[in-house]
Amino acid sequence: MARTLKLRIWRGDDTNGALQDVTVDANPGEVVLDIIHRVQATQMGDLAVRWNCKAGKCGSCSMEINGRPRLACMTQVSAYGEDETITITPLRAFPVIKDLVTDVSFNYKKAMEIPSVEMPADLKPGEARMQQVDVERSQEFRKCIECFLCQDTCHVIRDHEENKKSFAGPRFFIRIAELDMHPLDMLRNRKKQAQEEHGLGMCNITKCCTEVCPEHIRITDNAIIPMKERVVDTKYDPIRWLGSKILKREDLIQN
Amino acid sequence: MATGVFSEGRAKIAERTLRTDRWWLQPLITFGVLFSFIIYATWRAFENNYYFIEPLISPFYSPCLSQSCAPGSSLLGHLFPIIHIWGMTFSPALFILIFPLGFRMTCYYYRKAYYRSFWMSPPACAVAEPHSKYTGETRAPLILQNAHRWFFYAGLVFNVLLTIDAVLAFRDKHNNWGHMSVGTLVLLANATFLWFYSLSCHTCRHTVGGRLRNFSKHPMRYKAWTVVSKLNHYHQQFAWISLVGVWLTDIYVREVATHAISNWYFF
Amino acid sequence: MTSPKLDRYKYDVVVIGAGGAGLRAAVEAREAGLSVAIVCKSLFGKAHTVMAEGGAAASMGNVNDNDNWMVHFRDTMRGGKFLNHFRMAELHAKEAPDRIWELEMWGALFDRTNEGKISQRNFGGHEYPRLAHVGDRTGLELIRTMQQRIVALQQKDAKEFGDSEKFIKVFAELTITEILKDNGKISGAYGYWRESGDEVLFEAPAVVIATGGVGKTFKITSNSWEGTGDGHALALKAGANLVDMEFLQFHPTGMVWPLSVKGILVTESVRGEGGILTNSLGERFMFKYIPDVFKDKYADNEAEADRWYLDQDNNRRPPELLPRDEVARAINAEVKAGRGTEHGGVFLDVSQRISAEVIKKRLPSMWHQFYELAGVDITKEPMEVGPTCHYVMGGVEVEPDSAAAVGVEGLFAAGEVAGGMHGSNRLGGNSLTDLLVFGRRAGMGAVNYVKSHGANPVSESSITKAAARIEAPFARTGGENAYALHQELQEVTHNLVGIIRTEVELVEAIEKIADIRKRSANISVAGTRKFNPGFHLAFDLDNMLLVAESTAKSAVLRQESRGGHTRDDFPGMNSTWRQVNNIASFDGEKVTIKSQQLPVLPKELFDLFDVHELEKYMTPEEIAKGGSN
Repeated sequence: MARTLKLRIWRGDDTNGALQDVTVDANPGEVVLDIIHRVQATQMGDLAVRWNCKAGKCGSCSMEINGRPRLACMTQVSAYGEDETITITPLRAFPVIKDLVTDVSFNYKKAMEIPSVEMPADLKPGEARMQQVDVERSQEFRKCIECFLCQDTCHVIRDHEENKKSFAGPRFFIRIAELDMHPLDMLRNRKKQAQEEHGLGMCNITKCCTEVCPEHIRITDNAIIPMKERVVDTKYDPIRWLGSKILKREDLIQN
Repeated sequence: MATGVFSEGRAKIAERTLRTDRWWLQPLITFGVLFSFIIYATWRAFENNYYFIEPLISPFYSPCLSQSCAPGSSLLGHLFPIIHIWGMTFSPALFILIFPLGFRMTCYYYRKAYYRSFWMSPPACAVAEPHSKYTGETRAPLILQNAHRWFFYAGLVFNVLLTIDAVLAFRDKHNNWGHMSVGTLVLLANATFLWFYSLSCHTCRHTVGGRLRNFSKHPMRYKAWTVVSKLNHYHQQFAWISLVGVWLTDIYVREVATHAISNWYFF
Repeated sequence: MTSPKLDRYKYDVVVIGAGGAGLRAAVEAREAGLSVAIVCKSLFGKAHTVMAEGGAAASMGNVNDNDNWMVHFRDTMRGGKFLNHFRMAELHAKEAPDRIWELEMWGALFDRTNEGKISQRNFGGHEYPRLAHVGDRTGLELIRTMQQRIVALQQKDAKEFGDSEKFIKVFAELTITEILKDNGKISGAYGYWRESGDEVLFEAPAVVIATGGVGKTFKITSNSWEGTGDGHALALKAGANLVDMEFLQFHPTGMVWPLSVKGILVTESVRGEGGILTNSLGERFMFKYIPDVFKDKYADNEAEADRWYLDQDNNRRPPELLPRDEVARAINAEVKAGRGTEHGGVFLDVSQRISAEVIKKRLPSMWHQFYELAGVDITKEPMEVGPTCHYVMGGVEVEPDSAAAVGVEGLFAAGEVAGGMHGSNRLGGNSLTDLLVFGRRAGMGAVNYVKSHGANPVSESSITKAAARIEAPFARTGGENAYALHQELQEVTHNLVGIIRTEVELVEAIEKIADIRKRSANISVAGTRKFNPGFHLAFDLDNMLLVAESTAKSAVLRQESRGGHTRDDFPGMNSTWRQVNNIASFDGEKVTIKSQQLPVLPKELFDLFDVHELEKYMTPEEIAKGGSN
């Protein structure tokens, strides 16, 4: 029941490259990553591709398949028509290294810029008490497998290289939200930082990040928009600001 | 200098997108519907006629606050004098439409819809946008999107007023209570849709509980937040349903007011 | 070809592998003031640790306060069939809770009990609910927390010293090809950037190996491409020993269908939450496979097994929760007897007893995995599962307290690559805490070693030798294809060194592996050094061949069946063999195995067991001695 598959695979490096036509067999139930491996083993021994778990858990095999950012291990070949040519390219928001492998170091730099969790100074290991309802929101964001598909699809940096210095991207907005909603985190200026240093205001909530997330994290609805609202609490709500001064309740703007 | 997907160092691919699906369809439909609504709403707002016939009032003109309002249509009295501009009477709709308009303009769902379909920023996911510069909502005028909560509060007031309008529609042409017409149902449905739209709003979700760090200390607000979160899931749908609702309600009232159709009474 | 660039770095400690153990070792070394290089073959944060689903075993007693380290120790020894190094099992059981609590202080968010403590779940082989978990993605939580802890330390260094990489630097996508020794001690490590092919020299007096497993040696495995036994082979070549390499854990429930996901794990929590195993006749067959040693702990009828889910104090556990090796063997036997599914597995079903909503809540990634990768909705239909190579119990022989590799000064090993902790079979959930407990100890070991021994410069001759080896496959043309040889090796291990073994097959395997090894010396690589997977595989293959040789040679010697080693020709456990470890060493040509006596259980640990239980494992003489004093 094998079928013959027509592929176009982008091959090249940071100086040059082109789509190359390949014909390869595919078995029922196979995913695009299986096909790439077959091409590698039989036709292009030096075809560069990143992958690890092949189970949608590590987020390594991010690439663009027919123009859409996807995990190759989670893309069933059967989703494409019999006569369809499948086009496979590297992520287009990051510099390419070789073939399907891109330089994603941007993301690790951004991770370094987000202050880590700050637990209460007097809390001893084993004494932390948190309720399930209080950790659930942050737990959703900790499902992130760092495939960086959201970063790749986000037009703020995909379409504007110059924004990379001032914009952390969806992956790191959920990180900030995770910490801002962490029941024990002590750092209180995450909202302000999100807006002023990490470019939360650049996001125009067009939701492409949510659409591509293989973990189905509701990035926009559950992290970015709540953070935007929290930013309004701190920065753009005069009544709340006045209330915090009059009632001497800092928590009205910094919970 | 080339930017975006054509930046130095990125894979050299000539196409703006390699998507093979009809990615342009959705923004096109959105554009079509929203644009038609804008044209219709503008025309109606300036028409300044056929918005009231007892006991029905169009949501475009409620609350009617000008001295120019049709007799009996002003629930809250006449706040504004009659103003003439270039010989035309300033329509009472123009005093109030800024609120529902502002609510929808700053709505987190509509922002997505019009940024994509009107601004093409981006037209669809992984389709390169045509602009060479992008600053998002960081500066004027788009920084005003942060005023969404004020429009949300105003929207709640409007919802109350439109609900009252629906209640008032349980009357006949002579303002006798205890009657119900198709118009009553139309106004009721409109108010209901608007409530769902407002209550499913992201700002509402934030206000009732989203801003809390510890839900467990506020069980009632947590409960409310869970309910609003469920509604929020369908905010996009409510946004469209309520928009069409307002549109059709206005058309219905206008048709009745122009006597093109009659408002059929059940009892 | 122009000669490649060589980057030189100096560190106090080089950690090879950025999974849970490697990162924990790095944190420990940094906190003691040492500089650390963390080297990984993949991107940072992609290590195989992410695949762990069920949880991390630690006797915190949050759910059942009868639990304590002694019970955990007993369970671990029983699970390993008393072949564990007692001291490792003891340290692990004692220190696991602290390691979990520490994660929480670093930002991990485990699922909670009603009191707000870390929730713990049941798991095969554990007497009490003991596994700290986050849904079924506990490994991801662990790796991300460790990754973020590293970042936190780097942020601190940036603030204090103006350089985030002053003490810790992560070298992602870098393969180590050689551990360097000078003056008889560790002097560093050598490798190449996968991206550019440029070479890298680390000068460091201490090296911590934390490279994980060997699964890619086998055809059906849950391991990623990284599980090629690099650390095992590097250690062997550096003069260290591997202990008990015949013990491989075949996870009983890997997906067998569809093809694209063959080998991928179905977490044990599926059974913990109430999943049952049935054969093609619809029989719940596990009741037939309860070994005598477990008869008093496992239910022998469906009614009692079902009651256990509601009342765990008064009923015995369902046999689906037997240790992994027992379940794997049972499934294997059912399939061999012709009662398997069309694709050579059995059915695992949760849909009948748990509501769809609960399944999605308790087993979200499983639901997701089956639905998205295979189009199977586990809330409605059963899964098809069978054994898949999952974990290697054998590994580098280490001193338990310091994780120092026996026989090589300056070398340390922790995590899956280290041997001894799990004996002949690992309990689910013990792996994640193993990483943390011994990762930390390896870090401490390295710190103490570096502080007392100081630097040990690398000699030029070591560098030249290491560089020549990397260049070699490019110098040849028309030689063997690495992909083809790898496949051939996988066939050999799968067919001859797999879950059920015999002497004849093992001897054949040893010959075949030797043959592939000979041919592999003639591998040639097409293309350039730049991100060239064919080139990368050439080195990985060399490591896998050493691992396969060690496994096959150890397996042929051990004339008994125990844990992750089943001999068709020697079906039972043998108390004499329980006293012996198989120690593999490498002379540059071939692997040789020697027998070594297991250390005797000290009296205070001996006394933790019921003598009648020990009688099932130990000889009468050992029982009479009653442990050492």
